[in-house]
Amino acid sequence: MIQIEIHKKLHGAHGDMDLDVNLEIQKGEFIALMGESGSGKTTLLRVLAGLENAEGDIAVEDVLWLGNRKMLPPQQREIGFIFQDYALFENMNVEENLLFVNDDKALAQRLLQMTELRRLSHRNVKGLSGGQKQRVSLCRAMMKQPKLLLMDEPLSALDPAMRSKLQDEILKLHKTFGTTTIMVSHDADASYYLSDRILVLDHGKIIADGRPQEIFVKTSKEIYTLSR
Amino acid sequence: MQEILNVISLDFAPFILSFKLAAVTTVILFILSLPLAWYLSQSNSRTKPFLEAVTALPIVLPPSVLGFYILVVLSPNSAVGAFFEDLFGVKLVFSFTGLVVASCFYSLPFMVQPLQSGFESLNKHMLEASYLAGKSKLQTVVKVALPNIKPSLITALIITFAHTVGEFGVVLMVGGSIPGETKVASVAIYEMVEVMEYGTAHIYSAFMVLISFIVLLSVYIFNHSQRKIGVL
Repeated sequence: MIQIEIHKKLHGAHGDMDLDVNLEIQKGEFIALMGESGSGKTTLLRVLAGLENAEGDIAVEDVLWLGNRKMLPPQQREIGFIFQDYALFENMNVEENLLFVNDDKALAQRLLQMTELRRLSHRNVKGLSGGQKQRVSLCRAMMKQPKLLLMDEPLSALDPAMRSKLQDEILKLHKTFGTTTIMVSHDADASYYLSDRILVLDHGKIIADGRPQEIFVKTSKEIYTLSR
Repeated sequence: MQEILNVISLDFAPFILSFKLAAVTTVILFILSLPLAWYLSQSNSRTKPFLEAVTALPIVLPPSVLGFYILVVLSPNSAVGAFFEDLFGVKLVFSFTGLVVASCFYSLPFMVQPLQSGFESLNKHMLEASYLAGKSKLQTVVKVALPNIKPSLITALIITFAHTVGEFGVVLMVGGSIPGETKVASVAIYEMVEVMEYGTAHIYSAFMVLISFIVLLSVYIFNHSQRKIGVL
């Protein structure tokens, strides 16, 4: 279980705001984090990863990642992170990108097999398509068999066909490895399809938290009410 | 025929000394500049502009100013000079060691600036991915950052080397002209012109032009080929 209670002052494009998040996440949950741009989604993800500091506590299975004026560095957090721009190590080939994280050749080959990348093992990552790069990035993130998989808009740079393929692969890996996953997404379809729980962030506060069906019914009701 | 014999019988010690000085300076500067360039590229602190300005000073200062201060600081009459002479028995002025120290100051910006701009051009997320993979800062610099800025790295090393071969004012002031110890090629040429040995001066100078051109050409060819294969 992951317990999060954090505060952070943000200086965004729409002026200053407070990120205030109080949250409990169950092991194995798939959470979609939604909200307008500038609502603090990416910052929340980066605070969880230890890439940015914040006040408050983060406890993961009784290990304090943040709290008591201490911040566990990202190196010690057992996190898988997927960036929107892939962020692959460009001086390495596909397999080397995975082995750099964890020198486990069998696991690397298994992941590449699952994502149909095996024949590209020795290709330089610079020559890959966007979809292939994001799949490499997904495999790389799973190499540590992380407690927490964080994804920052993993699908947004891809075309629709590639998006649905990657969606399936994300779900397959999430289930196979029993990872707890948080995905920042703008994409309502993907969030509905993938997640068991949706959080909506607005101006740094969680304004909705529930199962996808509940959230979408609620949101469409609001839209319906507004439009009347 | 006589000319060829002249060339062969020339004393190449000043050239060997120049290249030895440049090689030693490049190695030392690379080790010293790496943490500085990395810090400058990653930092947003208020001390950054101050450090950047200090690093760039040798570009704008007349070599005589730099040479004068280095001479003052390293001379046996100063605390630093006395310390090294008493403790290690090393004389820092009018010696090869002194030339190395002076060259490290003089060529500092030529090592730091290309490395810094190379590091700044890297995708920040790629470096963060390395931290998330459990790698320390040092591992990240060596295994991710440096291999991804090869053109900047090559530029930094070669320009530092070439710039050190080409220095004159600073070495003359700090080193004087002791054959085999501090008499580098540029100083040797200056002395030949002074005593009107134009023939030898010509050969030495032409040799310098040729070597410098080859060095620069190889940097540009390398960077061009890297761009072609899409590294840049």
